[in-house]
Amino acid sequence: MGGMAAPQVAPVETPDTDEAPASDRPWVTIVWDDPVNLMTYVTWVFQKLFGYSRERAEQLMLDVHHKGKAVVSSGARERMEHDASQLHAYGLWATVDRS
Amino acid sequence: MFRRRGDRYVASFAVDEVRVLRKVASEVVGLLTDGFDHSDPVVCRLFPEVYPEDAAGTAEFRRYTEGDLKTAKIDQAGAILAALPGDGGGEVRLDAEAAEAWLRALNDARLAMGVRLEIKDGTDLGAELDDAVADDPSSSRVFQLSVYAYLGYLQESLLNALIE
Repeated sequence: MGGMAAPQVAPVETPDTDEAPASDRPWVTIVWDDPVNLMTYVTWVFQKLFGYSRERAEQLMLDVHHKGKAVVSSGARERMEHDASQLHAYGLWATVDRS
Repeated sequence: MFRRRGDRYVASFAVDEVRVLRKVASEVVGLLTDGFDHSDPVVCRLFPEVYPEDAAGTAEFRRYTEGDLKTAKIDQAGAILAALPGDGGGEVRLDAEAAEAWLRALNDARLAMGVRLEIKDGTDLGAELDDAVADDPSSSRVFQLSVYAYLGYLQESLLNALIE
């Protein structure tokens, strides 16, 4: 025999998933593409509600448009529900999900 | 179409424009009051399911937010009705707050019409209108499509005036 010694610690039981428990993960607000809202309007709403720069808001709007949806904010669940209801007031199609 | 004049947003409307705007704003108010029904696809679009796969979560969210959201939407449609000239055409002058209410209300009206007209992602409004005219120039679809296009131009002009 020779070579390297086997580690002297018992292997740690690895969980099935490397994700944090669901309750610890943050939530996200998602805006979905829709055929009615004007692109300029969506950009304006993102700037207005989230204080994003024109560039960031425009990029998010383009993500929504080309990919069908985009995450526009993340954090605590209550906060995301607040964001979603604000977005609904502006007529954007927003949902909340776990990240 | 709207233009910025000092700190006001100003547009002149002909008599039929005033009539159309009053009609669409009143229809939105009607939808949110007497006609409020979650199974109506328009209501569904204006009050989306916040948890598409969790009906109980959505119901809970609605319990806390829907009243305020409904009131906000009725108020913003009311901002259009309040600012329109009486009989006949005339000028509308909005301050920044009223301009934003108009913007949101025009958007709600377009969302409602978009659902009814089955506007899809690739819908070419011009071609859609040509087809409808070819079918029957006096049809309600021709009128609705024209109004939908008009509201889009109007909303865009107001938005451009606001961000310029």
